Amino acid sequence: MSDITEDTVRHLANLARIALTPDEVTTLTSELAAIVSAVEKVNEVATADVPATSHPIPMENVWREDVVADELTSEQALTGAPDHDGSRFRVTAILGEEA
Amino acid sequence: MSDLTRLSAAEQSALLESREISSVELTKAHLNRIAETDGDIGAFLHVSDDALTIADEVDAARAGGVELNPLAGIPVAVKDVLCTLDMPSTAGSKILEGWVPPYDATPVARLRAARMPILGKTNMDEFAMGSSTEHSAYGITRNSWDRTRIPGGSGGGSASAVGAFQASLALGSDTGGSIRQPAAFTGTVGMKPTYGGVSRYGAIALASSLDQVGPVTRTVLDAGLLHDIIGGYDHHDSTSIADEWPSFADAARRGARGESLKGLRVGVVKELDQPGFQPGVSARFHETLTMLAAEGAEIVDVSAPNFEYAVAAYYLILTAEASSNLAKFDSVRFGLRVTPSGTPTVEDVMSATREAGFGAEAKRRIILGTYALSAGYYDAYYGSAQKVRTLIQRDFAAAFAQVDVLVSPTAPTTAWTLGEKLDDPLAMWLSDITTIPVNMAGIPGISIPIGLADEDQLPVGLQIMAPAREDARLYEVAAAIEALLDAKRGSTFSALTPAYNGGAS
Amino acid sequence: MAKDALMDFDKALEKFEPVIGLEVHVELSTKTKMFSSASNIFGADPNTAVTPVCLGLPGSLPVVNKEAVRYSISLGLALGCEIAETCRFARKNYFYPDLAKNYQISQFDEPIAFEGSLEVELDNGDIVTIPIERAHMEEDAGKLTHVGGATGRIQGAEYSLVDYNRAGVPLVEIVTKPIYGTEGRAGEVARAYVSTIRDIVRGLGISEARMERGNLRCDANVSLRPRGDEKLGTRTETKNVNSLRSIERAIRYEIQRQAALLDKGTAIIQETRHWHEDTGTTSPGRPKSDADDYRYFPEPDLLPIRPSRELVDELRAALPEPPAAQRRRLKAEWGFSDVDFQSIVNAGLLVEVRETVEAGANPQSARKWWMGELSRTANEMNVEPSSLVTPTQVAELQSAVEAGTINDKLAREALAGLIANEGTVAEIIEKRGLTVVSDDGALIAAIDAALASQPDVLEKIASGKVEAAGAVIGAVMKAMGGKADAARVRELVIERASA
Ligand SMILES: [Mg+2]
Ligand SMILES: [Zn+2]
Repeated sequence: MSDITEDTVRHLANLARIALTPDEVTTLTSELAAIVSAVEKVNEVATADVPATSHPIPMENVWREDVVADELTSEQALTGAPDHDGSRFRVTAILGEEA
Repeated sequence: MSDLTRLSAAEQSALLESREISSVELTKAHLNRIAETDGDIGAFLHVSDDALTIADEVDAARAGGVELNPLAGIPVAVKDVLCTLDMPSTAGSKILEGWVPPYDATPVARLRAARMPILGKTNMDEFAMGSSTEHSAYGITRNSWDRTRIPGGSGGGSASAVGAFQASLALGSDTGGSIRQPAAFTGTVGMKPTYGGVSRYGAIALASSLDQVGPVTRTVLDAGLLHDIIGGYDHHDSTSIADEWPSFADAARRGARGESLKGLRVGVVKELDQPGFQPGVSARFHETLTMLAAEGAEIVDVSAPNFEYAVAAYYLILTAEASSNLAKFDSVRFGLRVTPSGTPTVEDVMSATREAGFGAEAKRRIILGTYALSAGYYDAYYGSAQKVRTLIQRDFAAAFAQVDVLVSPTAPTTAWTLGEKLDDPLAMWLSDITTIPVNMAGIPGISIPIGLADEDQLPVGLQIMAPAREDARLYEVAAAIEALLDAKRGSTFSALTPAYNGGAS
Repeated sequence: MAKDALMDFDKALEKFEPVIGLEVHVELSTKTKMFSSASNIFGADPNTAVTPVCLGLPGSLPVVNKEAVRYSISLGLALGCEIAETCRFARKNYFYPDLAKNYQISQFDEPIAFEGSLEVELDNGDIVTIPIERAHMEEDAGKLTHVGGATGRIQGAEYSLVDYNRAGVPLVEIVTKPIYGTEGRAGEVARAYVSTIRDIVRGLGISEARMERGNLRCDANVSLRPRGDEKLGTRTETKNVNSLRSIERAIRYEIQRQAALLDKGTAIIQETRHWHEDTGTTSPGRPKSDADDYRYFPEPDLLPIRPSRELVDELRAALPEPPAAQRRRLKAEWGFSDVDFQSIVNAGLLVEVRETVEAGANPQSARKWWMGELSRTANEMNVEPSSLVTPTQVAELQSAVEAGTINDKLAREALAGLIANEGTVAEIIEKRGLTVVSDDGALIAAIDAALASQPDVLEKIASGKVEAAGAVIGAVMKAMGGKADAARVRELVIERASA
């Protein structure tokens, strides 16, 4: 049995910034519970002695020289923006915190 | 030339080089084919305005004696997951509707450098999340073999475009089978290169440690030719492999000469050849094994006990990475913005935008991924899944210690009917059971058509797998098998495609 | 906003022991950003120093800047840290409009440097050892400007504008362990620590370290525990402390505020607080909540970094002398008294004075400029002296004085020109017409005019009272609008007296 409740889903949706409808919360709660109980089986073999693999092809020290390249103009930067003032992206007021 | 679109890219290339046809002619033929058939197939989200301009330039260059890539002047379709400077790039999502990137993805830039006219952008499941192309915000794509069926996914658009002769070449992306499974379902060839073999720069990310761009074609040689163009090191992608790669087209040509199968050790993964698979799929697969043995290949049974955990681990890794990769869609710099009424904060705007802009499957996966990474759950989910990944790599390493290549059916079934699995996400996810281990290990995998299932007369694919960096071996073996099957059949596989020249199904 | 009750500082310390922890962010002065090949420059037009990576465009991918790694290792070594055999980048996930990808690429459980310690010197010469937990590499966020509402504050703003030029600038975040036993000097210790880090990064040449530009930022964690308690109290994290002076004030304020609350039996809320330079107070930011679940995981777009031991040794060998040793050396070389030297250190101007001397000025003059005119002006303008002019400019100014091109008074005017960005010293002298009058004819005429009203001066000088020349010099200076070369006037007056 998983511990997934509608509150869990609402909390996750808040973390993920998705304004789910109450219907979606209900549906996702049952779907998530089913999916989680299916994927939980990874723990059967993922024992302490097994190292994690984060990259399928192991490599290291991949870096670049400190040279300027690939810069966009501000027109290019703003081209797909929903709203801007000609040089900067514009967003709705940010409340709830004082800077 | 009666129907140029039926030819392989290699054949088209020969005609271009001998000046029997022009690139403009060839490109027009494909644009006409798209115009005739795509109303029903739905492979394209956007058809380019300047494919003919590029074709014209290539013709002029050829006339002027400029040395050209073998595929120069041959039109190509591009999965909408790849950024293109001159066309919208939506990844099948409403949240990116109409977005035209200010840069080209590296594989796209390489197509342009090879002077290949780009026909347009092909449909896909939203952010490549799906196995049927029914999760696109812009409508479904139909299977060219049976238009009541799905073309597979997520790259159903590229596979159907190639399968329906709208293009001889296309680019796809494969996170858990999105190139290979649609190839199997549409009777085409799909190659997922070694992770890091083709740059991911400009490919809209689903799961960074699993995604890989690759070719979708109708022949193995064509896939090799296209791979030679798009592959190789790119300093924009830290996970790009810096090795020199051999020519994959040469590997395919070597395979087609017919010597490659003798003495080849072919492993059959027990866990990927199950009694529950569709009978027609199993029948064609086992016939192929028999044929290989007759050619002198040694068939070896191998076991990969941890593959049982691959799908579970895959969905944890995929959703975790995707939940983070998709956070950038927040209405600030690009894409959709939905502003709720009243005096919303930017947080409200982000949440409303993401609610409206993401489809059900995207939300489902983002929520699961957020859960898998959240405080207190990391070790049990994401951390454990990364361990399973180690175990799967060990299984592959043990198998490849015994054999040269591994084989399996590309998918447990043939293409299912539209809507059949739409209400059962878990069933849909399980349809990728055969392709997922390859992505988990980062190794290359290719799917080639091996026949039609008796019960539904739909294409069946053979998946061939090789160790990481051994992509050339796959091209060689796949081309050898393809040549053998073509010889037996007396025609190419694509010649079997039911005639379809437009009109409703 | 209600005013916080504050307890008298000494009383607060009688009842409680302060424990502080400091997080310092250093912006590295590489040519390009941490993970993007966009220029790392200050003051460019908005959204011009960006690539698809800085904007978090779909499909874009990060690539590590090797130079930033080298800088980070050097800094780690200078902080006495161990350099990791393997370190890794991780994603810190949270939504904010200045964070293009809505995750920050940082380091989590595998930082590049860890377990260090740093000796810092207090005003009275006492040495305090600060234990360092880690130093990790990460990227900066973009810049938000709040428009509408009161004075650009976020509260009541109509909308905000985002510039991503700063997004992706390389940062090293240095985190201390809890610092115990600072008592009433908690603020001073913090100031001295940040000041020492500033000296180190400038000495390494890896950061401009200008606090007023945000190149160096300090977050101060403060908690109090009742005398005799083992358990640490609840801490607050004060952000936005962007001058050395504020660090000291902010910590003092938090100690007094928390003491007043604890004394009343009110629990401290674990929260972020913002420092207000103007009022000298802190105010609450967002309380720590669910939203602080950052869902860290290894950055899949980047590979681990394994600095070779050869690289680490090479960088270790290239480290400049540590600040404490450097101070001992400079004090001896410059021949300064304890008091004079310590006053420079306390003012946080040692780097400026040293660099001015390196640029050619004599130590006394360099000290005089920075501790005098520049400190005074900076104080009036409420900025750091280092933000006004560069050490090279001061050295140029001093050399113009020594060459006799300008006198001290004119030099102060030239300095005002430098502060106002009017050009080089030479250009300012030219534009403002500041050259001293060295034409003897004009000087003699002015001397004659002055002597006419003070005829007894020449006799006094002739009888040995040379200081009497001062009155004439003053009059000449006044008559010539301050542009006379005082030394030459003096010579001429004495010549006249002995004639
Ligand atoms: Mg911090
Ligand atoms: Zn930080």
